[in-house]
Amino acid sequence: MNITLQIWRQDGPDRPGGFKVYEVDGISAEMSFLEMLDALNERLANQGDEPVAFDHDCREGICGACGVMIDGQAHGPQLGTATCQLHMRKFENGATITVEPWRAAGFPLIKDLVVDRSAFDRIIEAGGYITVDTGSAPDANLTPVPKPVADTAFDAAACIGCGACVAACPNGAANLFTAAKISHLNLLPQGQAERWTRTENMVEVMEEYFGSCTNHGECEKACPKSISIDFIAMMNSDYLRAKLKNRRLVAQ
Amino acid sequence: MGSPVSTTIEQRRAPWPVAFYRSAVGKKWVMAITGIAIILFVIFHMVGNWKIFLPDVDGIPDIDIYAEALRELLVPFLPEHVALWILRTGLIVAFLFHIHAAYSLTLMNHRARPEDYQGPRTYIAANYASRTMRWSGVIFLAFLLFHLADLTWGIQPMAPETWARGEVYANFVATFSRAPVVFFYIVAMVALGIHLYHGAWSMFQSLGINHPRFNHLRRWFAIALAALVTVGNAIMPLAVLFGFVE
Repeated sequence: MNITLQIWRQDGPDRPGGFKVYEVDGISAEMSFLEMLDALNERLANQGDEPVAFDHDCREGICGACGVMIDGQAHGPQLGTATCQLHMRKFENGATITVEPWRAAGFPLIKDLVVDRSAFDRIIEAGGYITVDTGSAPDANLTPVPKPVADTAFDAAACIGCGACVAACPNGAANLFTAAKISHLNLLPQGQAERWTRTENMVEVMEEYFGSCTNHGECEKACPKSISIDFIAMMNSDYLRAKLKNRRLVAQ
Repeated sequence: MGSPVSTTIEQRRAPWPVAFYRSAVGKKWVMAITGIAIILFVIFHMVGNWKIFLPDVDGIPDIDIYAEALRELLVPFLPEHVALWILRTGLIVAFLFHIHAAYSLTLMNHRARPEDYQGPRTYIAANYASRTMRWSGVIFLAFLLFHLADLTWGIQPMAPETWARGEVYANFVATFSRAPVVFFYIVAMVALGIHLYHGAWSMFQSLGINHPRFNHLRRWFAIALAALVTVGNAIMPLAVLFGFVE
């Protein structure tokens, strides 16, 4: 395949950026999108040019490191797929593909297609965990969890924190990420002790960095794990209840 | 610098409704609840105004009797106008909160993406209605102010020259005999329909009303409500313009 790439190049956070056009010939349709970028970078390096910086790690769709806007869609045109699992056969021979970094105030650009997603770490630090004594592992199935609840919690826990929800959201909101991280703990018995403080703190830290949800539903379609916006409704419900519950903590 | 006397003073937070409204999730709750209040008003307003299609009672237009009855709502229990003004106050407060929440969330969302995508965007789920909420809202607000000046306050030149307080039916026919007014009215109703197509769906999410058994009905509810409000209101000025009501 021969393709034309229009890639965002920017040396650093405060440097001017712009699209650069690269003709890439002899690409195999079986290559993943990242392998195609590897091929481009190899050629750039051989010519003595600066390779395109992009994030990647496991390349099997489970780590959440990769992710770019491809033709105006987070992770490209194939639904439920991370950039590393998107293959060049999804594109026409001779196509022009536009590649851009995630754009959000909470994701400042580092270089080219790489952004700093540590705002997500701040949200997790605010309550995306359960506080337990470490020690010997408890017996399996000691705490009963209904199967449908376990399945739903697992659906939420599938979030790999790639940031596609923020990138795709017209408002730059991180509600799908935060809702997934809150819900997978709030649904389970182990998550109940910190349920209300978790919900309150994670929502409020989220709002320091990101926009607000206006229920476009774009995040759900961009999510490589197809996490449902149903979790956002659960978070909205739990946030109000957290405000009501915390007031009564004193009298309990 | 002295050390704080008490940590509780530092940690003391605003009363929960204030703290709740400060958050974006809380503002969306308020937008949904005030939106429901406004929708209820719009439906009652529309059904009440359908009385223009009813025949006169003892020579007095039915809608004039209805308008007078609104002023006398709950009259044996409350003085005249009081119940109506309680309802009006609630409606005005709902509008103010709805607009303030929309305004401050819009600012927040602009701050959240200071530099927009430089290439073209392809939206999959976000539709025309959801992306134009603030424009459909502003068009409707402009219409609302015109509509109040026209039929409630009787301010020229928005109101017809023959406008008279209490002459609801006559004012109604006079104002909608003017084609540009009818055109503006229809545009505003279409904007409201588009606003409701997203808003009446979105409010379920904002309020956390989500149940797998009923979720597919939420979109149909929004379509039905948007169609009812747009068509149900638009038929009235059209009936005047085309001479079915005179």
